[in-house]
Amino acid sequence: MITLTINGQPRDVDTSPDTPLLWALRDLLGLTGTKFGCGIAQCGACTVHVDGEAVRSCQLPIGSVGGRAITTIEGIGATDAGSKVQKAWLDLEVIQCGYCQSGQIMSAAALLAHTSNPSDDDIDAAMAGNICRCGTYVRIRAAIKKAAAA
Amino acid sequence: MRTNLVSEASTLSRRDLLKAGAAGVLLVSFRLPVAHAADESFAPNGFIRVGNDDVVTLIMPQVEMGQGIYTSVGMILADELDADFNKVVLEHAPPDEKLYANPVFHIQATGGSTSVRAFWMPLRKAGATARAMLISAAAQQWNVEPSSCRASNSEVIHDGSGRKLGFGALATQAATQTPPTDPPLKPLKDFTLIGKPIKRKDTPEKTNGTAQYGIDVMPAGVQFATIAECPVFGGKVGRVDDTKAKAIKGVRQVVVLDDLVAVVGDSTWTAMQGLAALDITWDEGANVAIGSAEVWDALRNASKGEGVVAKEEGDVKGAFAAGERYEAVYELPFLAHAAMEPLNCTLHVTNDACELWTGSQVIARVQSEVAKALGLPTEKVTAHNFLIGGGFGRRLEPDMAVKAARIAQHVEGPVKVVWRREEDMQHDVYRPVYHDALAASVKDGKITGWTQQITGSSIISRWLPPAFQKGIDIDAVDGATDNPYGIPNVRVVYIRAEPPAVPTGFWRGVGANNNFFASESFIDELAHRAGEDPVAYRVKRLDATPRLKAAVQLAASKSGWGGALPARRARGISAQTAFGSFISTVCEAEVDEKGEVRVHRLVSAVDTGIAVNPDTIIAQLEGGLIFGLSAALFNEITIAKGRVEQSNFHDYRMLRINEAPKIEVHLISSTEFPGGIGETGTTASPPALTNALFAATGVRLRRLPIDREALAGRKPA
Repeated sequence: MITLTINGQPRDVDTSPDTPLLWALRDLLGLTGTKFGCGIAQCGACTVHVDGEAVRSCQLPIGSVGGRAITTIEGIGATDAGSKVQKAWLDLEVIQCGYCQSGQIMSAAALLAHTSNPSDDDIDAAMAGNICRCGTYVRIRAAIKKAAAA
Repeated sequence: MRTNLVSEASTLSRRDLLKAGAAGVLLVSFRLPVAHAADESFAPNGFIRVGNDDVVTLIMPQVEMGQGIYTSVGMILADELDADFNKVVLEHAPPDEKLYANPVFHIQATGGSTSVRAFWMPLRKAGATARAMLISAAAQQWNVEPSSCRASNSEVIHDGSGRKLGFGALATQAATQTPPTDPPLKPLKDFTLIGKPIKRKDTPEKTNGTAQYGIDVMPAGVQFATIAECPVFGGKVGRVDDTKAKAIKGVRQVVVLDDLVAVVGDSTWTAMQGLAALDITWDEGANVAIGSAEVWDALRNASKGEGVVAKEEGDVKGAFAAGERYEAVYELPFLAHAAMEPLNCTLHVTNDACELWTGSQVIARVQSEVAKALGLPTEKVTAHNFLIGGGFGRRLEPDMAVKAARIAQHVEGPVKVVWRREEDMQHDVYRPVYHDALAASVKDGKITGWTQQITGSSIISRWLPPAFQKGIDIDAVDGATDNPYGIPNVRVVYIRAEPPAVPTGFWRGVGANNNFFASESFIDELAHRAGEDPVAYRVKRLDATPRLKAAVQLAASKSGWGGALPARRARGISAQTAFGSFISTVCEAEVDEKGEVRVHRLVSAVDTGIAVNPDTIIAQLEGGLIFGLSAALFNEITIAKGRVEQSNFHDYRMLRINEAPKIEVHLISSTEFPGGIGETGTTASPPALTNALFAATGVRLRRLPIDREALAGRKPA
């Protein structure tokens, strides 16, 4: 049995410690807001926060998490940066199909938590790991700037 | 907003709906104009319900996959009904090929940029009918003339006396009114929602992880599976040794069918681990001899054959005899869809029934094909449709549901089958390879003749056989048969050529992608050969297509066309009448000495008729332009030894935010019938890009994706 701290709550998972966090969240804990996209840390759809850092959960074995705090899309609205990002995303109507947007929002929230007024280069560096097939990049950039100004 | 699950809608039969009407809510059924040759009786295929609680429910045949259709279609209804938009609820329709047929395809399908075009008039008429019945009910209660009443914001109002009644309070009595045969439609100036940027109904739940896509479904007791098909197209399973897989904790079952293998586990991860541990010997079959060279040889050989004339206008032979002849050949590669949500389907198969959960652009076809595969009557398959995490045409096919059903048949209880990204990419239905031969005759500076010969796969012949007539694939020639440049003598020829081994399917932008890449490149070549400015060259030939002409002029002006740019940086333009919309796009791109390309800016001007939800239209164009650009810059599916060589995003590259250009979309105000918009941007950006690259380097690229070696001058284009 492995105990994880997810969105402030202890959650027990009874599975092999090499199981990536992504699949523990989705299949064993029912937290399906975190998405599977590629399985090789190329698309960013599975991004969560571990102690506030954006991490690709498809590459993070649950056995290596320990007591660190995991935040998922279901919990990010409780953080200052997360709620600002969610609001800006809606204000600018960023989302289309929405499948990648959990990961986009998690990456953007981590960026803003560390860098309150990100430059275009900061945005590129933080967000280049998140693919959006609907092509919402123009609005993602604008929404990050709006959230930063909020 | 019910976008996530469809349990209510999916169990609500037409009879239930009528019953609901009898129980005292206003139910308006309407008929989308689908031709039923044998049956002229009234066959409603849309339903609006006005409940006693004021809620207006639209049973929505079209599926939401990011295009904002729930909101746009809801706006059309709410505006004509004078309903409070916040009280309009949409429910995914259950599968019913006839009841919920798309008027364009005659089956229940969401695709081809058709949704707003298809629903515009039927929904307005249905809304006006319901409004008239509600007004009539109120007038009856107040004993006044209906003409002295009006509706606004889900209320009927009698201005003379100041009396008001809500739609909910009127619903029961409204249901007893005789529906008017020809209710007056609102004049455009009275629209309160249409034309305004309205917030989307499906987006709030997409910001907090609560939106449910097919892949998120968790029926009680669900197990998880992943699939492997023979990497060689058409290959079979030879021998499987599952000893190591079954030794993995959590692996519960290995399903071996003649053409695929699946592992079932207590999580998707254990299923994937189990699959990786299988020792599978494939019977690869004859297609192992096929590679990209064979595919292209076959296509080019086919292009030398006879085709079918899809359009013949004027005296083409005479024009070419009298003018100077120019010609060029353009080619496009196979493409994968690579939607962010990998293929998946969850099913519970029992002896005499099946329940399934998935996101599909063709939910009725999913239902019937799964029934066929399981040997069940169609009505024994209950299919629930969900939000789609990227369709792009991939989910216009039912194949993934059929494969998952064949696996689920061997599994006790519900099972969710999820494709690994690699499996998704290597067992796609691919955008076909195309070969387009163009020729023009020019005399005294005028284009007097134009021929476009298109060689490629016919998707329509497989996907919608009744629409494949006289050997012409209406999709494969889409965009080629209505050249806008006022050329008097035109011939369009289609040569059907199915690629060896590789299955083909619709991809965002469909046949128009191919035809516009060829024709908009070629017109650009003609302009440069004539020594003329590509914008001016187009504008002076567009008098007969004034809406496109205006789009070209606006795009040029907004882009600063003609203004100075640094060396190796230039603008290119494209112009298209696509999906009922008129769009012109200017691409500003830079090429470095190594042939690397940076796209700085895309500027589009579009006349899409009445813009129902302008912000959604702009978003669709921004996204569509990126979708086309990404493919033009990076993407080609190649074949070696009968299998796809690419497997994931590391070798099938997607445009990322650091590579994305600035985008400006300018809508041209219009009172014309609404046009399609979901694919219009995708067809627009590739030729604008290659035309810009020519302007920057003098290198004409006639094949996608772009060739950086050629741009750098290291090899001929």
